[in-house]
Amino acid sequence: MRTLYQFHGGIHPPTDKTQSNQKPIAQSALPAKLVIPLHQHVGNSAKAVVETGERALKGQIIGRPEGHLSSAVHAPTSGTVAAIDLQPVAHPSGIPDLCITLIPDGLDEWALRDACEDWRALSHTDLRHRLRNAGVVGLGGAVFPSDMKLYAHKHKITTLVLNGAECEPYITCDDLLMRERAAEILQGAEIMRALLYADEVLIGIEDNKPEAINAMKAAVAAGGHARMEVIAVPTIYPGGGAKQLIRVLTGIEVAAGVRSTDLGVQCFNVGTAYSAWRAIRHGEPLISRIVTVTGNVDHPQNFETLIGTPVAELVAQAGALPGTTGYIMGGPMMGVLLPSDQAGVIKSTNCIIAASDKLFPPPKPVLPCIRCTRCADVCPAELQPQELYWFARAKNLTKAEDYHLFDCIECGACSYVCPSNIPLVQYYRFAKSEIWAQQAGKKAADAARERHEFRESRMEREKREKAEKLAAKEKAALAAAKEKAAVAHSPLPNPDKTTSHSTKLPNDGSQVAGYLPKGEGTNESLRELQVDDTIQLKIQAAIDHAKAQAAAIKPKNTGQLTPQQQAEIAEIEARRARIREIAKDATEEQPSK
Amino acid sequence: MSGFFSPFITKPASVSQIMLNVLLALVPGIILYVWFFGPAILVTLTLASITALATESLMLKLRNRPIAPFLKDNSALLTAWLLALSIPPLAPWWLVVVGTGFAISISKHLYGGLGSNPFNPAMVGYAVLIISFPAHMTHWLTPAGLAEIPLSFSDQLNYIFHSLLPGDIKIDAVTMATPLDTLKTQLHMNGQINAILNMPIYGYLAGRGSEWVAAGFLLGGIYLFAKNIISWHIPAAFLATLFITAGLFHLLDPARYAAPLFHWFSGAAMLGAFFILTDPVTSPTTPKGRLIFAFGAGLLTYLIRVYGGFPDGVAFATLLMNICVPLIDAWTQPAVFGKKEKS
Ligand code: SF4
Ligand code: SF4
Repeated sequence: MRTLYQFHGGIHPPTDKTQSNQKPIAQSALPAKLVIPLHQHVGNSAKAVVETGERALKGQIIGRPEGHLSSAVHAPTSGTVAAIDLQPVAHPSGIPDLCITLIPDGLDEWALRDACEDWRALSHTDLRHRLRNAGVVGLGGAVFPSDMKLYAHKHKITTLVLNGAECEPYITCDDLLMRERAAEILQGAEIMRALLYADEVLIGIEDNKPEAINAMKAAVAAGGHARMEVIAVPTIYPGGGAKQLIRVLTGIEVAAGVRSTDLGVQCFNVGTAYSAWRAIRHGEPLISRIVTVTGNVDHPQNFETLIGTPVAELVAQAGALPGTTGYIMGGPMMGVLLPSDQAGVIKSTNCIIAASDKLFPPPKPVLPCIRCTRCADVCPAELQPQELYWFARAKNLTKAEDYHLFDCIECGACSYVCPSNIPLVQYYRFAKSEIWAQQAGKKAADAARERHEFRESRMEREKREKAEKLAAKEKAALAAAKEKAAVAHSPLPNPDKTTSHSTKLPNDGSQVAGYLPKGEGTNESLRELQVDDTIQLKIQAAIDHAKAQAAAIKPKNTGQLTPQQQAEIAEIEARRARIREIAKDATEEQPSK
Repeated sequence: MSGFFSPFITKPASVSQIMLNVLLALVPGIILYVWFFGPAILVTLTLASITALATESLMLKLRNRPIAPFLKDNSALLTAWLLALSIPPLAPWWLVVVGTGFAISISKHLYGGLGSNPFNPAMVGYAVLIISFPAHMTHWLTPAGLAEIPLSFSDQLNYIFHSLLPGDIKIDAVTMATPLDTLKTQLHMNGQINAILNMPIYGYLAGRGSEWVAAGFLLGGIYLFAKNIISWHIPAAFLATLFITAGLFHLLDPARYAAPLFHWFSGAAMLGAFFILTDPVTSPTTPKGRLIFAFGAGLLTYLIRVYGGFPDGVAFATLLMNICVPLIDAWTQPAVFGKKEKS
């Protein structure tokens, strides 16, 4: 018997899983249209590589990965590209995003699939490349491109954790996947293990899923998988959080801002392993996933659903009922209320809950915090939510960061237990976004200051140069006069005796500031060059300083973030990059004098 | 319509339920109180409750806050009950009203209302009364069976509302100082502990009757702990500190320092340990902080009891420790997930 570890806190909300896990996975019907966002993953948005009116085959890349951290997007079935425009997407902000609308032609005609009988014959680079092109991303909700998580040095990672815990209420897609497709999940895990050079594979499943546990155990035995173990973990929310599951299975606590791989563990969702297998073995990109449809519907069930299927069409197949007030994507603890029922299913859509007033009553009136610390008692990150709440409310963001705001995994356990009904997580999300916004603002301010400092220094330089030219003229005149008296003088003062900062620079172009070879006379043109160098250096110093400052106020952890946050950060990063460009332009004006 | 943001579900627990449970936990102690001292306490409790609710409504109205949700939170009632249980039951009605009114209006609402008051409102009310009306605060009812002239319920009512006693009975004839107070006075007169405790007002461990009321509060406290409404830190650390301090002194000089159990079951020790010091609003939030807080309160309670000028030390110990709460909290922030071994 393996010793399991515990994490602090956690809650036991009603699991509400039996509604949807009684029936096998059904194939979702082909919808009238598919709305496929180009940005479904963490990282850069994919770039559309089809045009309106073009026919795309099933599995054909329609969005190409852009840059290092990105993933491909594919046509889930064959059909015609009807539009590439902004559409409502499954994101709580309600801000439309670039989507490809595909009208299926009903032929379901596959593009060429690059299947592979023996993946062990492929190089690791090739495997990763295939995963990236197949659009395989983390299906547990993080949607992090999987290829990026599958780099490792030999003997660095000991354990691959496969997450089948599925701790959120209502959601049963992983449960059903494990019951029905255990063998393929394990094959995928083998690919991952090989890429990570990992030693053992631990599969954590909450003990409220005995069928899945048995199916997986049987598959491990049948497949002859060595050093692979299915482990029943206690049912407790958020026991399926990557950090929590790693803790329970290995005892390792992955602190915020620390990569689990640095501690020898990597973690993947079981669905991701399955998709990786389909991608490598069969050349099938990630064009569908299992989605639990539950809540206020007639027959809750899991559906194998094409990416892009409008939520309304999917829910209709489970029998939409009157009284539905909205749709929650994900579970009731961490899910998001969809802004539109026309948004398409995306790679991170594990569950759609039709919400009704009966299932999810309106929030109760909020009372002041009574410092009862029920929130702290359940916080898996071991934070003091009541303090964070106080600081977030007071907009005391520095303090909030001091109290580890960025260690909060937004699991919502604190809000769940708060007797004053305070929407605590909402305050934390707000505080985090405020801090990001401030950083963006700070970057802009830094750039402005850089520009200002540069202008200042240029003006200073111009003034000085004028004065120097004047002085030089005077000196020349003086020298001419003195020459007559036959007294030889260096035309300029000895550099190391002067305080003028232009002369404190090396004149050999080596840019070793503050060091000056002695006793060397300078001439006018050389001096000019030095002055320019001064300014270059000053600007460089200012930029470095700004960078250091920005680094100092960087949130202590941005590792464990929801996709939305990652997207927000990415947005801010993009803005920052632009600001940097502007700042660079400003500094490059300089030589044009 | 459900909320807009996750989590969309919440545990069906509320402030009102928590407070209600605390009120419930006081009931065993109150029943024993009535058993030993007669129903006067019920009148005081009712008076305090009405005053508290009225003051709460008035203050909420003045502060432009919704009245209903806050009245329903039961916190004003709890303040009222704790204050009523801390003052003599045979007190004139205005004493109760002034104390409760002050507790709710000044020490709760002027500081920002529920959740924002740094001091325990009931203890502020008590402190104000004992400083302003010290004489009235010493008229504790004599336990049943000891009183020379037993008072009927109507006699008690008559005293509370009209300050009248039947015939020419003096108030001193039907009341007494608390067992703690008596002990202190007797020790001043060079009494010996053993002899003093043989006086009829003392029972098995402490004051006759009042020791049972304290036991009732202990029972209620255990209920609160079992219901997960309070954590063990404060009661355990407070009682342990009180026990150990009293024990050390007692060992040094058993003739002059009462035994630890006497301190446990005297005065407001049990009420304080489980109901007053554990008030979440005015106590620290970290486990370590709670231990420090309760340790300080236990020590201060003992010192005030033995060396101070007041009959009991719990109220002032609580208020003094309340001042330290923000500091204690700031100093005792626990390490977070994954960052424990880090320097
Ligand atoms: S659970 Fe709510 S009321 Fe209790 S301490 Fe936390 S935030 Fe405050
Ligand atoms: S949402 Fe954040 S603060 Fe609240 S319990 Fe989860 S990790 Fe802790």
